[in-house]
Amino acid sequence: MNFKLKDIGPQLITVLVVVLVFGFFTYNAQVNMENRGIDFGYGFLSQESSFDVQFSLIEYDGSHSYFRAYLVGLLNTILVSVIGIILATILGVIVGIARLSPNYLINKFAAFYVEFFRNIPLLLQIFFWYFAALRALPLPQDAEPMFGISFLTIKGLFVPAFIWQNFNIFFYSIVAAIITIIVIRYQAKKLQENQGKQIPVLLISIGLLLILPLLSFLIGGVRLEFEIPVLKQLATTSFIYEGGVSLPPELIALALSLSLYTATFIAECVRAGIQGVGKGQKEAAASIGLTPNQVLKLVIMPQALRIIIPPTTNQYLNLTKNSSLAAAIAYPDLVLVFAGTALMQTGKAIEIVSITMFTYLSLSISISLFMNWYNKKIAIQEK
Amino acid sequence: MMSKINFLKPDKSNLYTFLYLGSFLFFVSFLDVLLNSFFSLNITGFLPSFLSFLLPLILGFIGLYFIRIELSGIKQLDLLNKHINTNNFNAVLSLLIIFIILKSIPPILSWFFIDASFAGDSKDVCTGSGACWTYIKVWMRRFMYGMYPNGEQWRINLSFIALALLGSVGYFATDRFKKYLTLYYVVIYPFIAFLFIFFFISGGPVFFDFSYGIIAAILSIIIGFFVPNKFKFYYFLIVPFALYVLLKYFIFYEELIELGKLDGLNWVETGAWGGLSLTFIISFFCLIFCFPIGMAFALGRRSGFPLIRYISIGFIEFWRGVPLITVLFMSAVMFPMFLPADFFIDKLVRCIIAISLFEAAYVAEVIRGGLQALPRGQYEAAKSLGMGYWRMHIFVILPQALKLVIPGIANTFLALVKDTPLIFVVGLLEIVGMLNLAKTNPEWLGFAMEGYVFAAIIFWIICYAMSKYSYNLEEKYKTDR
Repeated sequence: MNFKLKDIGPQLITVLVVVLVFGFFTYNAQVNMENRGIDFGYGFLSQESSFDVQFSLIEYDGSHSYFRAYLVGLLNTILVSVIGIILATILGVIVGIARLSPNYLINKFAAFYVEFFRNIPLLLQIFFWYFAALRALPLPQDAEPMFGISFLTIKGLFVPAFIWQNFNIFFYSIVAAIITIIVIRYQAKKLQENQGKQIPVLLISIGLLLILPLLSFLIGGVRLEFEIPVLKQLATTSFIYEGGVSLPPELIALALSLSLYTATFIAECVRAGIQGVGKGQKEAAASIGLTPNQVLKLVIMPQALRIIIPPTTNQYLNLTKNSSLAAAIAYPDLVLVFAGTALMQTGKAIEIVSITMFTYLSLSISISLFMNWYNKKIAIQEK
Repeated sequence: MMSKINFLKPDKSNLYTFLYLGSFLFFVSFLDVLLNSFFSLNITGFLPSFLSFLLPLILGFIGLYFIRIELSGIKQLDLLNKHINTNNFNAVLSLLIIFIILKSIPPILSWFFIDASFAGDSKDVCTGSGACWTYIKVWMRRFMYGMYPNGEQWRINLSFIALALLGSVGYFATDRFKKYLTLYYVVIYPFIAFLFIFFFISGGPVFFDFSYGIIAAILSIIIGFFVPNKFKFYYFLIVPFALYVLLKYFIFYEELIELGKLDGLNWVETGAWGGLSLTFIISFFCLIFCFPIGMAFALGRRSGFPLIRYISIGFIEFWRGVPLITVLFMSAVMFPMFLPADFFIDKLVRCIIAISLFEAAYVAEVIRGGLQALPRGQYEAAKSLGMGYWRMHIFVILPQALKLVIPGIANTFLALVKDTPLIFVVGLLEIVGMLNLAKTNPEWLGFAMEGYVFAAIIFWIICYAMSKYSYNLEEKYKTDR
């Protein structure tokens, strides 16, 4: 091996600079922490947190540990992200297809929606929904019931809760249905590839998904009851609904603005994907006698999805990261609970900010690793 | 020639019967909604409520069904059918959209204009059901300039006007000066902008530094004409700074200031800056800084040196993986811990550094896309001409790659502008932050809606103009490949 200075010189300098910068930071951090009498360590995670969180998916109060507070924040972040992703996907796909509609009005309406919502900062939209639009909702005592069972009020959305008996049997029935569907799909694909026969997989799947849970009700002894929220007076002018599930207005504002904002980007991905499939593909498929449905299912969609899925996943990732704006309207997500309240109480700035960043980082790196794998799998195998 | 009419099957032989009937039905449904929404008249009020509600839709649907005749020979009708009336489903959707627009015009108009109050300067005039634009009028200076003192706001205006004029130099440059434009925009313009914003808007005794800077710039440009072309690049890289240092430390006398003969501008700390002007300042600087940093890391990620490549990948993936709000948190609470105790960096500067690094990672990925899209032949051709790494990239690769990624870069910059409101995390209040502050003022409670709509309109105009401009740039620089 003969090293040339030309080859290692630039690398050496870069590494030296990076090491020096990091060394400088670490040294200063040590000096600063010594001066202020702070010790470095993650031991505080098991200490009692002694602060309350307004909205939590798991049981939590001040007597639990900081680690549990972290979990509460993480779960809340995941909750709002999942709701946002589902809503944004539905809306985005509809708007994306509408953008390609030959109907002039629908086309322009969808274009207007995209241009409108994507050019306004997300934070402004969140503030708008939370401080302006949702504040115009009625007080709990004046709220009109929606469909007779839910109440949309200034204090949040109150919906009936499901009370299950033998929920596990119901759950197993759904799992069984999904497994059966996967097996059937696999077989159907094989059948089509080998013999060219087609069986109505979609109908069978829907049927299975309906029939198996229904059987669990009839035979398995599963019972479902609704607990409808009831108005309760706390003080002379203060009312609240009890029973059922309550979704705080912060969650509604956040999920609404996240999905409205991200849907514009997903719509553009969908549009680009469908437009990206050459016109010739459609014509060629039609010319060998496929029906319009088959053209869409067997020729257009597989190719369009290849273009649509990677950028859409990126948008999902963006939505998850953007959900950290929750801190602005006091929705107790990871940033507010952990990087906000917990940091104020413990003063462990380096530890807490690093944990928060690491959480988001591992989330996005795992998703991008998955995407790399997926892209490789679906890439067209060219010779 | 009147053949039998089958109402379930409009055909061409009874074209005019169907056309008149369909148009009439459609017109009736249109009129019904129009009267209902503009004059709150319900001409179908005698019917059961749900029928009265659905009647326009049903009538309009039948009307559109009747006029859906293919190849009628009437140009307008064919066009109408092709665009909004291709099948039943489309007809219903078209009707719904027409009705929604009709229904939403009156409330929007009345909220924005008719019932809104514009006059006066106190809350008392806002009694109508419409918007209270008086609120925006009263708070306008705060929304635009934040807590910047009223008497000094001309400095911000002047700086922005000067920067806009200096920035538009490129449009007026003659061919002789065109070759210096890149140098101007990459080195000189950011430098002048920095001088303006740091010294002119901040003010204080440092105002004199600003005047030294201007003098240095003018002097060096004048001398620059006599410098041989060969050395011009290095000349402009070094001499202005050298002149500046010379002026600041050796020639001008600080005594003149102390004697009171020269009175500087009042000092305004960055904490008082705010409003829309702060949005512009932050976007401007981050835009200037994130581009070269991003370019460096994009090249680093494609470098042949493994260590440089891994460091670049680590940098890019780190910033892309975390939300901006945690980055700002870091700059606010964690970054001071990493610096020597007596070393203080201004909040605004920390913010600009954080956002620039964050956006630089996105810019790097966009530029990498452009670099990857270039055919190998370009690299090979440049190398075969004997160009080195830097020469090849500056003269062959980057100009082409950057052309390719104009839309991506524009999107990143748009994201940057839209991300600026997040600086509320470190306590800086640009326009959205000022809105939230004004909203809690006890004298002006209850006007959150007006404020947000106002800010939304401003941001929308900025972002929409930027995206249209990037589209124009893309068209302009599109080269056949």
